[in-house]
Amino acid sequence: MINLETPRKFRAFIHQAHQVAAEMLRPNSRQYDLAEHAYPKELDMLAAMVDGLGASGTGSGAGAGGVRRTDAAEDDGKVKNGSNLSSALSVMEMCWGDVGLLLSMPRQGLGNSAIASVASDEQLRRFDGVWAGMAITEPGCGSDSANIQTTARLDGDDYVINGEKIFVTAGGRCDAVVVWATLDKGLGRTAIKSFVVFKDTPGMTVERLEHKLGIRSSDTATIRFENCRVPASNLLGTPEIDADKGFAGVMQTFDNTRPLVAAMAVGCARASLEVTRELLSEAGVEVDYDRPVHLQPAAAASYLQMEADWEAAYLLTLQAAWMADNSEPNSLQASMAKAKAGRVGNDITLRCVELAGSLGYSEHHLLEKWARDSKILDIFEGTQQIQQLIVARRLLGKTSAELK
Amino acid sequence: MVIQQQHPKPSRRRDPIGVGVALLNRLAKSRAIDRLGWRKQTERVVFEATKTGFRTAGALSRSFTAASKLTKPSRLPAAKGTGRFDLTPTEDQQMVVGVVTEYAAEVLRPAAADADAAGATDPKVLAQSAELGLSLIEVPEELGGIVTERSAMTGVLIAEAMAHGDMGQAVACLAPAAVSTAISLWGDETQQATYLPAFTGDSVPAAALAIVEPRPLFDPFTLKTRATRQRSGHLLNGVKSLVPRGAEAEVFVIAAQLEDQGPALFLVESGHPGVTIEAEPSMGLRAASLSRVLLDDVPAVQLGTLEDYAECVRLSRLGWCALSLGTAKAVLDYVTPYVNERTAFGEPISHRQSVAFMVANIAIELEGMRLVTYRAGSRAEQGLPFAREVALARRLCTEKGMQIGTDGVQLLGGHGFVKEHPVERWYRDLRAIGVMEGAVLV
Repeated sequence: MINLETPRKFRAFIHQAHQVAAEMLRPNSRQYDLAEHAYPKELDMLAAMVDGLGASGTGSGAGAGGVRRTDAAEDDGKVKNGSNLSSALSVMEMCWGDVGLLLSMPRQGLGNSAIASVASDEQLRRFDGVWAGMAITEPGCGSDSANIQTTARLDGDDYVINGEKIFVTAGGRCDAVVVWATLDKGLGRTAIKSFVVFKDTPGMTVERLEHKLGIRSSDTATIRFENCRVPASNLLGTPEIDADKGFAGVMQTFDNTRPLVAAMAVGCARASLEVTRELLSEAGVEVDYDRPVHLQPAAAASYLQMEADWEAAYLLTLQAAWMADNSEPNSLQASMAKAKAGRVGNDITLRCVELAGSLGYSEHHLLEKWARDSKILDIFEGTQQIQQLIVARRLLGKTSAELK
Repeated sequence: MVIQQQHPKPSRRRDPIGVGVALLNRLAKSRAIDRLGWRKQTERVVFEATKTGFRTAGALSRSFTAASKLTKPSRLPAAKGTGRFDLTPTEDQQMVVGVVTEYAAEVLRPAAADADAAGATDPKVLAQSAELGLSLIEVPEELGGIVTERSAMTGVLIAEAMAHGDMGQAVACLAPAAVSTAISLWGDETQQATYLPAFTGDSVPAAALAIVEPRPLFDPFTLKTRATRQRSGHLLNGVKSLVPRGAEAEVFVIAAQLEDQGPALFLVESGHPGVTIEAEPSMGLRAASLSRVLLDDVPAVQLGTLEDYAECVRLSRLGWCALSLGTAKAVLDYVTPYVNERTAFGEPISHRQSVAFMVANIAIELEGMRLVTYRAGSRAEQGLPFAREVALARRLCTEKGMQIGTDGVQLLGGHGFVKEHPVERWYRDLRAIGVMEGAVLV
């Protein structure tokens, strides 16, 4: 039966996530935006609470571990509302609070999502409780992740990693990073594997932290690997270079993480919409859902259009997560959600600044901050343009050689 | 034409699967499927749908309640939700949509260009669609219909599937259902007993729900058509615009401003001499034979309350959103192979990002339109407030739907501008979404 309402069983914990966002993230938002690179110590206590929630099986606070797909063996023939959906809903609430602080939440990094997505059960146990960042981008390669230059050479029981990674979210604070490296540059994308590398490994150095437009409470690091030896058992997935599914293995992570990034954009944009609506209301502009839009003030019309785009992004995100819960292939829907949420999240937060005028542009409110934070959400985990390429290739049946 | 008051058919209790079987029975009798040679295909769809459909019959039965007798109006209860987020249509819905999808592909699409040129839908097509039982989807079974609870979501899926064939003919076919639905939802026991038997019988009358008035910035909540109170009933005066099949309609449901109270719906029989119909051929939806209806002291009875009228406006907007989904999907399905086959500069034009991204964005926006519309439909069906969701769906379907229409023509270039391809018709039809009020109802 078609029903797009929040699942009944999730309502209590969503309310809980909302309280956390309202009482812990929002009050610290401006402080850590101004004090870039200061460690938000409040998060340690929060992370402990999130771990507790995860252990109680309530759903996951920040969503990183929730993307693991459960076995079909548990299939009871009924439609499932599982941890992908609860993670997306939870991330929305937390990012309504603060995107940067969510990204700084200990043990909830994108590396943790990668581990949850592709690790073996043994690895999952071994890396339990590890805070893992994600290291893909290099100075010379961004969206063309098949072209990475970082190498991993098998030497005895270890892989030896050499290369430089940039834009590693939480790279300064995390315990380990999931590093993408190639086993053989000559073999292209199929030779790319991901490795869990701990921060204390000799040969691994955090070189610097970036100063950014937004999500300033989240640290973004450059990490260098020089003859960095990693146990072979830290390779995620299969070590074989399989032309059929080699790269697909690491790319599979994105099917699970893109809906979460879409959820971040949805949460951030909702924050802007809510504040803007209050400000408009104070200014005497009310939004009417029944009156034709052309008979309402331009600001109300503008608001309605933003809210409509927001609703589409919100539901596309839930759809992609719901499909993951029900073991349906969702690459297309994950990219659609990321494309729509990324662009409307940015557009909405920017237009809200415009509507709120100086109240939006100044630091009195958080509107200007959200308009800075939202930009990255249309870039990382695959830019807008990459999402469109993925959607287009899939619809048109084109290879990456045909549709470049 | 005066419709005689009849006693409704005796109420027969149907178990849940009876809803599906009732529809199947109508289909089996349908001459349309024989004449068009698609009985085999239809039987296959029906088989596929029912082989799993029968199995879940037990689970469905919980949502049904005892039928009330007709000493008071029959009212459909809200559908009971499962509490789970779910994008899977019910077995009944899958079956109905399967049949309607084939009907749209085999009958409406091939007839679309001619119907557009003729400015009318072929009477045979109208008769076939009546045989399919489209006007029964919202009529309670105790009044001869086939449902025992609200089914706005089914209405959305049907409108979407019909418009994938052709929006103009879909509107023509669905117009009588808007009237039977309005009477089912808001009529008193006399109105239900008077009019519904005609819609559930073998010859469904032409009928139309008229809300739009001919002026810029039209607002359905501030009407110029007036209803003046009489000793019994009301007198209507005013002009209604973009009324589907107005010339044929035997019954109208007309929106008018009730003195000092606000807008409401009124039942009008078209035989009164104060009713004049003028053809109003428009940019698109030409197969729906759009008309103006001029009312000069026409007797009318009020249908439902002022609150019911607001719900009617919302459900009608929802219907237009659903129609836009089908037509926008038709555009996507048409341009996808076209840009792959059309070559320029030595390769398929789909190898260019400027072309491929346009197709990607059609798909992304359409998926968003679909989900937002479904949420509104599902909330309406479950008896939850849905004004917000309909408003958002209408914004999205008006704007992105039109964008999809214009991109569809653009992707075909000059070929899109000529009538050899259907995209120019879809472009004209999709412009209607933000303009139309009334006419269809889910």
